Amino acid sequence: MTMQNVGRPTRPEDVQPLAAEFASLTGGRGLLQDEALIFERDGWTKTGVDLPEADLDGSDLGDLARSAPIGLPGLSEPEAMRHYVRLSQKNHAIDLALYPLGSCTMKHNPRLNEKMARLAGFADLHPMAPLPTVQGALALMDRLSHWLKTLTGMPAVALSPKAGAHGELCGLLAIRAAHEAKGDPRRRVLVPTSAHGTNPATAAFVGYSVTEIAQTEDGRVDLADLAAKLGPDVAAIMVTNPNTCGLFERDIIEIARLTHEAGAYFYCDGANFNAIVGRVRPGDLGVDAMHINLHKTFSTPHGGGGPGAGPVVLSEALAPFAPAPWVVHGANGLTLVEETVEEAAQAFGRMSAFHGQMGMFVRAYAYMRSHGADGLRQVAEDAVLNANYIKARLSGVMTPAFPDGPCMHEALFDDSWLEGTGVTTLDFAKAMIDEGFHPMTMYFPLVVHGAMLIEPTETESKQELDRFCDALVALAQAAKAGDVDRFKGAPYLAPMRRLDETLAARKPRLTWKPESGVAPAPLAAE
Amino acid sequence: MRYLPLTPDDRAQMLGVIGAATIDDLFADVPAAARKSETFDLPDHAGELEVERELVGLAALNRSAGAGPFFCGAGAYRHHVPATVDHIIQRSEFLTSYTPYQPEIAQGTLQVLFEFQTQVAALTGLDVANASMYDGSTACAEAVMMARRVTRRKKAILSGGLHPHYAATTQTIAHAEGMDIVRQTVAIDAEAAVVDAIDAETACVVVQTPNVFGVATDVTAIAEAAHKAGALLIVVTTEAVSYGLLKSPGEMGADIAVAEGQSIGNALNFGGPYIGLFACREKLVRQMPGRLCGETVDAEGRRGFVLTLSTREQHIRREKATSNICTNSGLCALAFTIHLTLLGEVGLRQLAAINHAKARRLAQALGAIEGVEVLTKRFFNEIAVRLPGEAAAMVEGLLDDGVVAGVPFSRLDPHAGLDDVLLCAATEMTLDEDIDAFAQALARRIGR
Repeated sequence: MTMQNVGRPTRPEDVQPLAAEFASLTGGRGLLQDEALIFERDGWTKTGVDLPEADLDGSDLGDLARSAPIGLPGLSEPEAMRHYVRLSQKNHAIDLALYPLGSCTMKHNPRLNEKMARLAGFADLHPMAPLPTVQGALALMDRLSHWLKTLTGMPAVALSPKAGAHGELCGLLAIRAAHEAKGDPRRRVLVPTSAHGTNPATAAFVGYSVTEIAQTEDGRVDLADLAAKLGPDVAAIMVTNPNTCGLFERDIIEIARLTHEAGAYFYCDGANFNAIVGRVRPGDLGVDAMHINLHKTFSTPHGGGGPGAGPVVLSEALAPFAPAPWVVHGANGLTLVEETVEEAAQAFGRMSAFHGQMGMFVRAYAYMRSHGADGLRQVAEDAVLNANYIKARLSGVMTPAFPDGPCMHEALFDDSWLEGTGVTTLDFAKAMIDEGFHPMTMYFPLVVHGAMLIEPTETESKQELDRFCDALVALAQAAKAGDVDRFKGAPYLAPMRRLDETLAARKPRLTWKPESGVAPAPLAAE
Repeated sequence: MRYLPLTPDDRAQMLGVIGAATIDDLFADVPAAARKSETFDLPDHAGELEVERELVGLAALNRSAGAGPFFCGAGAYRHHVPATVDHIIQRSEFLTSYTPYQPEIAQGTLQVLFEFQTQVAALTGLDVANASMYDGSTACAEAVMMARRVTRRKKAILSGGLHPHYAATTQTIAHAEGMDIVRQTVAIDAEAAVVDAIDAETACVVVQTPNVFGVATDVTAIAEAAHKAGALLIVVTTEAVSYGLLKSPGEMGADIAVAEGQSIGNALNFGGPYIGLFACREKLVRQMPGRLCGETVDAEGRRGFVLTLSTREQHIRREKATSNICTNSGLCALAFTIHLTLLGEVGLRQLAAINHAKARRLAQALGAIEGVEVLTKRFFNEIAVRLPGEAAAMVEGLLDDGVVAGVPFSRLDPHAGLDDVLLCAATEMTLDEDIDAFAQALARRIGR
């Protein structure tokens, strides 16, 4: 999920460098090399692949053929390996330390899943290969569907959405189609103020206007406000549960009842499903549609921003409108219903070119099978236990946004404990980097001032949680003791110091350009 | 359970610190009616060996593309991926990192994205590219919606050569937002027909080259017609390797180029994950969807990279964002960039030439069969052929000969009246023997 600090671009002017800072003569930092871009290595005539000569050139293409240089450098294999390995060493990763991004569910990614996704029978399989040759793939999709439906208590699932936001889009399109089928197109979607940015963005994408629902003082949907805003033009509500404050919506069943009474549908943002998997079925809560981020709850790797997968489970009311394709059991084995056939007459359309993120399906299914029903239940319990442990351990020095009662899988703090220290949430987060941890989600949810949202997940040991809490307690004490430079200049020990985001946005440089302004001419060199 | 580090002792101690008697106390906010006490009717946990057995068993039920002569394309292409690519993308620091929102500890991902954006801009002949979309089809839909924001017009004209799945995806998504999608009659080589449909309400025309039938088109005249009417030209490409041989969209006047980038660095994966490429002219950058990486400096004046222009994005702008996209195809972009860096311009051009040569050989072999007509005259690595009967039935029959002949067009669009059309692609993976085996088997079956 989102990290709100990017909306508050930083400028390093107010940053004080350490007085006696040591700098290398060549720009590197020990093993961290100052690595040039591939465009700066004079590789215009290099290649790192050995290909046979082509029998023919493209001369038959006439004026369709490219004549101008493209401007792509190449590297030999050892140079390419070194370049990207050096770059990799400048990244934080879940394999290095706790990665407490709230709402993002950064948990361990088992390598078995990588191995399984690379089996030739899955990886080297064409989406439009004849159906008799893909029966194993369809069976896997079918089994994954069964697990997702069983775990959520929902009767149908659309597998094709490619990420959480794409799943939201799928869910809202199904809702829109259902309303239109009843001849009752509606115009508004209600979204709590604490929602992920994708929720209102998706609603607008589908052509709905967005109305915000207020939040109560204890961090939940304000039922009275919801009831007041529901009406005959409301198509749906979009509620995250557990919500973005890390709290379970206690009145969820009443929320669903009120919504249905108004003729609207209940879209649940399933980003936080990890907190309840194996213990609570969204179908029992009155949910009509919910996306499941396989890259969160079911541990497919985040890969530096993607790919993900966002299958959407649907209620009986919405199931007929699910997008194509889907898997069915036929007389000759499994088959795919594609949107162009009669069985798909009510399908609202198609979410993407093929059948969804198969590579993620394999990983997620391997993960589910590994955990099993018993293990998944333990996932939710340990995720919630770990978050409450962090909340308990840090409550002495930081201020929980909602101190009363347990949290679910993430612990939310506000910045009132930093008042008067001169240190902001952003500074505090950057100082965590110097201690070897990735910052938590900051300034989100928007309803909590200076929010710090910590999600440890279930794959952290007690030792790692203690190491993390010890570091945060020490930092909090330093902030309160007036050690402001430690925060204002942070990070000092990362591969880079604080970056100038304001400059980046003011004068966007989005591609490398040769300084001379003249493109290199690899063709001439050939 | 091997993925869970807490011991029963840990759990007891931690509950003590929290001040809760049991784990159930932490779930107290869940309504009693929704608390599920019994486990689900699903199997319990399984060891690595057991899981591996099941999945290897499922994989074995599939016939992988490498198992014999194979000619499917239609938006997904089988290419060789150097071993280096898969090694690097499995490094923990790339595989298990999040979106690079903390640039000080994400320079690896960010520099890769900057290189990726530059490579995509160069390939498409445009000024700027974003940090990836889900795939080519969703990138196409996003481009159409971007054209609406740029022109403040609602009509989009899709050419008859656009991949039917791309057309359907665009129709589904852009129509919901209130756009009028005009899809021209499916035709093998009629890209120029979009010109007649352009009017003062037109936000954009969408033309694919090479199109779904493999036909490569010079769209320069279409660009001129679109621009004259104040509309944008969106050029779609489903085979990114073709950029190595064919004129770029930018060179032909495209305002936005979108493509499926799977061909470079990424496996077939039964349809995903893939990688949408998205590039446009510089003046349109603030209307672009998706993440952008930009260059800046750190507090010591050293060059670094950050995500930028994020006020276009959902986490800042919410319902006023240019798109709802959040997670994209980061790791696939990394694979794309590594593969393209290994290729370089020299390698990409050579790879493209090999692909084209293989397809020409395929066209010659199939065209020589009596009753088979090669419909695609100017192509890159894919052709459409007309068979003397239903293509779907022929594909199924040829399976018995061990040949996966291609994609029957009816599978993509059964209503186009092109049931006898088969789409066949050849790449550097295609052996000359594969082509011979295909041609012989096809000739035999037609001759029967």
